[in-house]
Amino acid sequence: MNELIYTAAFYIFAAITVAAAFGVVTKTNLVHSALLLALCFIGVSGLYVLLQADFLAAVQILIYNGAIAIVFVLGTMLTRRSSWHGTNDTEVNIPSRVVIFVSGLFVVVTLGVIATTPWHYSSGVIVEDTPSLLAQLILTDYMVVMEAAAVLLLAAMIGAIVLAKGVEE
Amino acid sequence: MIGLAHFLTVAAIVFAIGLYGLLSKRTIVGILMSIELMLNAVNINLIAFSRFITPEVLTGQIFAIFTIAVAAAEVAVGMAMIFRVYYDRNTVHAARLDEMHW
Repeated sequence: MNELIYTAAFYIFAAITVAAAFGVVTKTNLVHSALLLALCFIGVSGLYVLLQADFLAAVQILIYNGAIAIVFVLGTMLTRRSSWHGTNDTEVNIPSRVVIFVSGLFVVVTLGVIATTPWHYSSGVIVEDTPSLLAQLILTDYMVVMEAAAVLLLAAMIGAIVLAKGVEE
Repeated sequence: MIGLAHFLTVAAIVFAIGLYGLLSKRTIVGILMSIELMLNAVNINLIAFSRFITPEVLTGQIFAIFTIAVAAAEVAVGMAMIFRVYYDRNTVHAARLDEMHW
């Protein structure tokens, strides 16, 4: 019974993710694309829950939906033209058949690799209490990476302010 | 039985959709959205590998956290650049931003 519920939940979240991602690239209105992007992020966080990454599911909702999707909607509003029609068109000068062929080829090759690779599933114990273990790892083994990420975020913040506002000379 | 291959398949499809959008979108905002889709597909892969191949250590989830941090920084800088470009040139169409095109 649990197995059935897990399978159903996986297919529901996978369908939400893929359908929303497809909508992001096919909608011609940029606001619809931004809102579908938020829905796609929610589907991905559902997949994280199914992968027993509960902390990352929460982080996904907080950062991607709370920050990134909102920044996209704001950016869309601030760079809008007179009408919303055709704000997210596909470029007419690019041969769409070639692009679809490249993307389709990528899927086919990747699925072939996934199907033929012999995966070695581990039977180790699954970590239940992820947030505390993640915190422990980040502050011990991955300390330097965490500091680098902090410096990167600071640099990105300063760079964003300088880029958007301009420098007084 | 849902295994690793199912999650990898979803991630591959989302990545290919993002690749299509990246190559075919007309505005730079749409291109940035496609890049976000691709980053999310990579995160699904990292966490799926972490869950099925090495469930007793959390290396994949740590990597996903740093990917999310880099993605957030990337969106902040990208949107700032889009505002700047819109302010200077009054367009966000990628084809019209061709000053560096030879």
